[in-house]
Amino acid sequence: MKAAVVVFPGSNCDRDAKTVLTQVTGKAPAMVWHGDAELPEADLIVLPGGFSYGDYLRSGAMAAHSPIMREVIARAKAGTPVLGICNGFQVLTETGLLPGVLMRNRSLRFICKDVRLKVERNDTIYTRSYEAGEIVTIPIAHKDGNYFADDETLARVEGEGLVAFRYVSESGGLDDDANPNGSQHNIAGLYNERGNVLGMMPHPERLAEPALGGTDGAKIFTSLLEALH
Amino acid sequence: MSEATQKVDAPDELPEELIAEHGLSPDEYARIRKELGRTPTLTELGIVSVMWSEHCSYKSSRIWLKTLPTDGPQVIQGPGENAGVVDLGDGDAAVFKMESHNHPSYIEPYQGAATGVGGIMRDVFTMGARPVANMNALRFGSPEHSKTRHLVSGVVSGIGDYGNCMGVPTIGGETNFDARYDGNILVNAMCVGLLKSDRIFKSAARGVGLPVVYVGSKTGRDGIHGATMASAEFDDASAEKRPTVQVGDPFTEKLLLEACLELMAEDVIIGIQDMGAAGLTSSSVEMADKGGVGIELDLDKVPCREEAMTAYEMMLSESQERMLMVLKPGAEPQAEAIFKKWELDFAVIGITTDTGRFVIKHQGAVEADLPLSALADGAPVYERPWVPKEPQVAPKEVPAADGPLSSLEALMGTSNLCSKRWIYEQYDHMVMADTVARPGGDAGVVRVHGTNKGVAVSCDVTPRYCAGDAFEGAKQAVAECWRNLTSVGADPLAITDCMNFGNPERPEIMGEFVAAVKGMGEACTALSFPVVSGNVSLYNETNGVAIPPTPAIGGVGLIPDVAKMAHLALAHDGDVLVVVGKTKGHLHQSRYQEWISGKLEGPPPSVDLDAERKAGDFVRGLIRDGTVTAVHDVSDGGLLVAIAEMALAGDRGVALDADIGDLPAHRFWFGEDQARYVVAVPSTGVEALIAAAAEADLPALTLGTVGGDSLSLGAEPPLPLATLRSTYEQWLPDYMDGGREQ
Repeated sequence: MKAAVVVFPGSNCDRDAKTVLTQVTGKAPAMVWHGDAELPEADLIVLPGGFSYGDYLRSGAMAAHSPIMREVIARAKAGTPVLGICNGFQVLTETGLLPGVLMRNRSLRFICKDVRLKVERNDTIYTRSYEAGEIVTIPIAHKDGNYFADDETLARVEGEGLVAFRYVSESGGLDDDANPNGSQHNIAGLYNERGNVLGMMPHPERLAEPALGGTDGAKIFTSLLEALH
Repeated sequence: MSEATQKVDAPDELPEELIAEHGLSPDEYARIRKELGRTPTLTELGIVSVMWSEHCSYKSSRIWLKTLPTDGPQVIQGPGENAGVVDLGDGDAAVFKMESHNHPSYIEPYQGAATGVGGIMRDVFTMGARPVANMNALRFGSPEHSKTRHLVSGVVSGIGDYGNCMGVPTIGGETNFDARYDGNILVNAMCVGLLKSDRIFKSAARGVGLPVVYVGSKTGRDGIHGATMASAEFDDASAEKRPTVQVGDPFTEKLLLEACLELMAEDVIIGIQDMGAAGLTSSSVEMADKGGVGIELDLDKVPCREEAMTAYEMMLSESQERMLMVLKPGAEPQAEAIFKKWELDFAVIGITTDTGRFVIKHQGAVEADLPLSALADGAPVYERPWVPKEPQVAPKEVPAADGPLSSLEALMGTSNLCSKRWIYEQYDHMVMADTVARPGGDAGVVRVHGTNKGVAVSCDVTPRYCAGDAFEGAKQAVAECWRNLTSVGADPLAITDCMNFGNPERPEIMGEFVAAVKGMGEACTALSFPVVSGNVSLYNETNGVAIPPTPAIGGVGLIPDVAKMAHLALAHDGDVLVVVGKTKGHLHQSRYQEWISGKLEGPPPSVDLDAERKAGDFVRGLIRDGTVTAVHDVSDGGLLVAIAEMALAGDRGVALDADIGDLPAHRFWFGEDQARYVVAVPSTGVEALIAAAAEADLPALTLGTVGGDSLSLGAEPPLPLATLRSTYEQWLPDYMDGGREQ
């Protein structure tokens, strides 16, 4: 599997994405500068976490208009898997590749902690190593992760099974207490209709080896490796 | 070296008020006049005032700081550069420093704290290191004080927003509340970076005719006179100083970091210095002074954010995210290409000379022509008068409350002993994916990327002890830091210090400073824990009332293999808890005394440095050979608080059945005697551990057995962990929420 990680000015989880991709696939991904118009051949494109352009306008809004994003959008539409983590998810909603927006957290504060997620489906390229309905632990670290969409969009997202992950309690309940940022329907991650684009606020690359306190995040990358070879 | 001076258009005389406004004493002003043989220009007055300010010149503290131990086989770079450097083996090295941003944070908490974090990270990456861990030590006033909530909220989000955007994990710190900081909070930020020991960058501008290059953000009018503000006391009108607080832009700093590291991979930089306090003035003077050259700057070339800035304003601006470099001749295009890629300003603004003078030109006029020798090493050095403090007489016995468990429940819900989760969850502590010990333990630990080595970091000082006795308190600060690093299994390597005190012109304050330096020196020597960098913040006073002496210590240690790291969380039911070190029941200046009597009085616990070393080396050995399953040092709140923290972290109860001998229960469980650790050991290993301790001449006493979901002790009803957890976790969020309703 050949992966490419897009680096925006202000990306800061690009190295973390590179580390986990190298560990899982045995091959270092191509690191692609945002200003490049050319994107190398890739089986997977990763938009990493961070604060692209400082997130001074709206999170992800400037990066969505980077030269490289025209090519990323074209590849996504042609079916190439695109994984957006945290700021990458924000960029994906800003480009329109994923519906809805990520607003300021309900507490108005940045939150960094482990959260429990329910894996909604395991029939996708991103989640085949998980059990359906599995409860996993993956950390979040963001200030703008409060997912919002209008009722119609929300109904469509739910109807078509596009929710990838939800914030849940230990027992898997959709309690408000388990929702760290106020997201509608506790949504933590979302697919596009075709299932090749995944945006998620939690950081799977941060809990992908035992020394860091868990390995639940690694399965996203092993799933991709299995699906894409 | 020629000493040719340039034609300067200087006024005949400067008004006295202007000189006083610049914080210069009449003696100091006379000295400048003598040095120049004429009246200084306004720009020269500004330059001298910042270079001779306490903040830049260390004029009150320098003679005492020189007495601190700074050497050791592990030390690669001691004090004098932007940060200290210690050896981590295999060609790896850690670069670190702690710095205060107290005055600005009180006036404008968000920007003050944010730029403090930005400044300390710049100090670290100026040396060529990638920052890998941040920490902070915060002191706020009483929770009841009307400004405290606002200050906590602003400082924490300022630190978080800057560090989070930079992508550097904030892996721990400490926060105290004490009414003695009502008028002067302390914000001390520490940064640790990693580099290869043969790729260290320094600030000396060696060589004549070399290009002086400005990179980073543009210069604006923000922060003018920040260094002078930080060298004066506060009064009720201090809010008017808000314009002297700088504004931070972490995004630009992130670009600056990446651009600098990219350029540093090439062989083109001769010297590099960040523009921190006193901005362009201090950076260029330091580079020239260390390189033994002169420097000439053309301010027409300086990238400015605002129009019509004067030479005075440009030289004194403390706009953030700027760096000054001296490059090899001809390397400018290569360097410029990198900075343009990162969309940063790049300008050649001057040249190194052989005149030994600091020459500033602007719009065709010579605005300053000063001898460099007078600005840096020639700054005044004061041997300020000082008086030792009367020793505290031990007051009467501290009274006992009803039962240890009910006392514990109350204590764990106080501002100082409660969980600081509300704070550290606002800091990204996992970015870079190498954080192997998160906040909430004795020390934060990050791996050296790509290896199994861990760098442990801890920030410590107990201000109430220092207020009781600055000498013993400073010893304790060093010892506690050493103990915290030991508790995770690290070899403590070296420290950085952040010396926060009141007005040094008052002999009793200077006496506190002298005592603290002596105490630190003694502890550093005894523990082979030298000082490699540091910072002094004086004049922390409002309306004549000073803060408690607060020598904050930031320590760094090395864990050879993070697989053998220890943690405070109890891990197995059936394990036995053992306290290593002597329990004597010292309750004066303790959290228990404060809670039961509402007072902090008497002498602090004394620190037996031999006992510290012995206990620490013994416990580190237990960690390395895998004997113990959990470790925690005993500090604030004493033994029972330490046990409670271990129980909560591991979510396991403890049945306590210690033989406390003749000591009253409250003294045994809440006394704050030093040089102690609580360790958990499988029951089969207890006997051997006690025997090994005896052989090492160390007291060791079993305390109880791990298991269940409560703490039990004697006839008192057991204390369920769920009850304790809710008390412990809720105080801070409830307090901060209380602010919103008002």
